[in-house]
Amino acid sequence: MRHAFSVRIGPIGFRIGSDWRAPIATLETLYRNYPGPRDGVADFTVRLFARRPWRRFVRPSVEIGGDYMLPEAAPLPLRQGLLAAEMAMNLQMALGVRRYLLLHASAVERDGHAVLMTGISGAGKSTLATLLAARGWRFMGDEFALLDPATGLVHAFPRLISLKNEGIAAAEAAWPAARMGPLLRATPKGDIRHMVPDARAIATMDTPATPALLVFPRYGFAAETRPVPPAEAFVRMTQASTNYVALGEAGFRGLTGLIAQVPSVAIDYPDGASAIAQVEALWSAL
Amino acid sequence: MVRVVKDARVLARALADPASIAGLDADGWTALLAMARAEQLIGTLAMRVDGLAMPAAVKAILDDAREAAEHGRRAALWEAEMARRALAAVDCPVVLLKGTAFVAAGLSAGQGRSIGDLDILVPRESIDTVEAALLAAGWEWVKPDPYDDAYYRRWMHELPPLIHRERDRMIDVHHTILPLTARITPDPVALIDDSVTLENALRTLSPNGMLIHAAAHLFADGDLAGGLRNLWDIRCLVEEFGTDGLAADAGRHGLSAQVARSLRIVDALFGAGEATGIDRLYVRRVTARDGWGRPTRPVTRLAFYIRSHWLRMPPAMLARHLWTKFRKA
Repeated sequence: MRHAFSVRIGPIGFRIGSDWRAPIATLETLYRNYPGPRDGVADFTVRLFARRPWRRFVRPSVEIGGDYMLPEAAPLPLRQGLLAAEMAMNLQMALGVRRYLLLHASAVERDGHAVLMTGISGAGKSTLATLLAARGWRFMGDEFALLDPATGLVHAFPRLISLKNEGIAAAEAAWPAARMGPLLRATPKGDIRHMVPDARAIATMDTPATPALLVFPRYGFAAETRPVPPAEAFVRMTQASTNYVALGEAGFRGLTGLIAQVPSVAIDYPDGASAIAQVEALWSAL
Repeated sequence: MVRVVKDARVLARALADPASIAGLDADGWTALLAMARAEQLIGTLAMRVDGLAMPAAVKAILDDAREAAEHGRRAALWEAEMARRALAAVDCPVVLLKGTAFVAAGLSAGQGRSIGDLDILVPRESIDTVEAALLAAGWEWVKPDPYDDAYYRRWMHELPPLIHRERDRMIDVHHTILPLTARITPDPVALIDDSVTLENALRTLSPNGMLIHAAAHLFADGDLAGGLRNLWDIRCLVEEFGTDGLAADAGRHGLSAQVARSLRIVDALFGAGEATGIDRLYVRRVTARDGWGRPTRPVTRLAFYIRSHWLRMPPAMLARHLWTKFRKA
């Protein structure tokens, strides 16, 4: 394609091609401290393209494609090109990864042990991981935790952190020196701003961790903590994994192993500070 | 060695002659993998080049592809078993078609093959009973549109597609191998009579029957989307079973030209042959893919798309069909 960029995030290599220079330039800047794909061969190809040639110039609109595509994926305006790239990369992960059980969760690590935080969009996965990282935890990822069914370890996937709405200010306050992408207003998911994970998160992204705690956070409620029974945790995680079915037996073994191994806890929280205190209290009690 | 990737011929060569991958650099591999994914041949490629020297990153990707194909094979066989159970009480032969048949019979064409829907062929006189049995066992209509439904039932070679409400898998129930509106009318009774019974009482077409079906599907129906995969199927069937009696069998179904063409194009893509005349257009179409996995040659693609409709129905009927579809769109 006309413009291209390759990068490795955790164990996954991407090649991103684009009909426009702008999204590639943004990716080059924000991902400048990341390595390239192993052996120069990307796991996945992503394409940002104009449906019709004139759409490169007239009301340019970015179609999302690649090795794996969704027929109903709506195009985005060019000024949201970075979001298009990130969505396309997520799509390759969600539909293409076979080596790992993909958990829709953010993850932070301390002393080789990881806390996984899972929930629907808006539950606060990204914000919580970012705030915990500011308190000394190692940031492993804000979107996907990669569980290796063979070892039971989780691998980091520290892509750009996708901050949304109120989460943007909270993360900026916690990480005043962080490098940020452009503020993308009025996207399909509200206001979005991407933050580059801290240097340590990138430098240690090849180090996996042993899962120690599975948290189901929920934002906007009075602080409360309750244990989640294993059967419920299992079912919720099958829904929070995009490739659980595709992995077949390996996925089942991986997920039942995880649920048996770590406590599952639901936390409701009214604000970031409460959530941090709740997670760290759970951690201390382990 | 740096080789400029122009089209999917590089993928065809890698499948036919796995040793040819030795010259690939990182960009060559990246392009080959993207192409193979786009043509749904990555599992096949993974099986073909297994054990050869390649970069570790490539090996990891192909190991995953092999694993995914193995999972796909298991799921396809399970789906066939589900259909077998649902149809056990219906007293008629059930013939597996395409990918599921290849893996059920353990054929080389099934190795690493991606398999989508379950395709079966049953005698036309049993189709109502088969449909009722599938509906009773949890399959449901996909197309609620009355025009589409009526069109399928009156003119197509298969029932409207059904999907299983729990397993989310589609089944296509055929009663012949080409639409009833096509000019060529193969003989489904002969295909079923010649079919081969598997251990579990399901059947596959005879080797020649599979070849004829593949050729009919490619060259007498459809716009050659996924053509490379179908040609690879044909190449494997020819290599495994030869072509004894194929010309005579093809003649019985009125598909001599299509079968002959498929053999020539297979030889041009995967063998030492050179495509000539109109065959070159077909080769141009089935290799229309670039190193980013993008479809290329839009004019050739459009021409084959138009041709597919032309083959499928007479002009007046085509006009009526397109008009109805246009009004509904």
